[in-house]
Amino acid sequence: MKKSLPLLFLLVLLTGMLFGLNTSVHVSNYKTIDKPVEVSNETTFHQLMDVLTHPRCMNCHPTDNLPKQGMERQPHHFDMARGADDHGFEATQCHTCHQKENNPYSGVPGAPHWGLAPASMGWQGLTRIEIAERLLNTETNGGKNHEALVEHLTKDALVLWAWNPGVDANGVEREKPPLSKEEYIAVVEKWFADGAVIPTK
Amino acid sequence: MKIQLIVNGTPQLVQIEDEMTPLLWVIRDVLDQKGTKFGCGKAACGACTLLVDDQAVRSCSYPIKFAEGKTITTIEGLGTKENPHPVQQAWIEEVVPQCGYCQPGFMMATAALLKKVPKPTDEDIDNNIINVCRCGTYYRMRKAIHRAAALNSELPITEQEKE
Ligand code: FES
Ligand code: FES
Repeated sequence: MKKSLPLLFLLVLLTGMLFGLNTSVHVSNYKTIDKPVEVSNETTFHQLMDVLTHPRCMNCHPTDNLPKQGMERQPHHFDMARGADDHGFEATQCHTCHQKENNPYSGVPGAPHWGLAPASMGWQGLTRIEIAERLLNTETNGGKNHEALVEHLTKDALVLWAWNPGVDANGVEREKPPLSKEEYIAVVEKWFADGAVIPTK
Repeated sequence: MKIQLIVNGTPQLVQIEDEMTPLLWVIRDVLDQKGTKFGCGKAACGACTLLVDDQAVRSCSYPIKFAEGKTITTIEGLGTKENPHPVQQAWIEEVVPQCGYCQPGFMMATAALLKKVPKPTDEDIDNNIINVCRCGTYYRMRKAIHRAAALNSELPITEQEKE
């Protein structure tokens, strides 16, 4: 045991020299930057739109009064449609089937006030810029200023359902939007903090 | 957990292990009221339709925990043999059922519709009555729904209010 110690020492020394030769890293090899990398407004805008144009959000923002379902965005089964108050028809309403939370057994999704976004907030078929224009326009967004929009986008239980979409009728987890909920909330806050600028067309 | 609910006018206290158990299972298997049917189990066919506080609900997808304190009406509670509900009367007159399996769901959906729209048009029927009938009795159902509306309007006002 004792005899092997000097040998081990030599081995460690040699290995150190060997690696030392190959990895001569100097501080000057790194690029220096004097301020943190800034995420451009345009990047933030597109991150936000990556989420808003995902089927989990878009399916309930139709421009044809028909809710959509699934990643393939097919029209809702059985001709269910908007109805007079965005929550279906007189007797067959969204909550005839959709309750306040997801149903793990039947695969029927649910969240508080399940229903469609108002027709004025229909987004399907619109460009990202057009969606943003509708989002910011108080005549189409239900009179919401920036503060109210941030509140809606980051706190509303039905909006945030997109990150807890449950399983479908076959027990398969529904796909979530491309950003995590925390990333999305940060992106919303940043875009509005930076003035909610829509990139030029 | 314990759930209190009123089913067809009778207060019930049910002890249930899983709060997500479908109301349909409780109605059929615990309370032994077999009129409400199981078709698809995924809120697609409407065979399990019943009324929760007078609103049509597909009970296969309605967790029992949401029924706490609610008033449930099933086909058994809609009317009696001696005094059928206008929907039941109209169904008899128009000889609607074929195999019959889907019919309780359709009748409950119709009862819910007539509460909201006493004189439904064909469009109202198309919008609201979207259950599935494998036997294809839709044509007779439409006639029966109009007949039920007519029978309903013949009832004295106090009777109509009870509906
Ligand atoms: S069994 Fe409930 S809708 Fe088919
Ligand atoms: S009467 Fe047979 S399914 Fe409707």
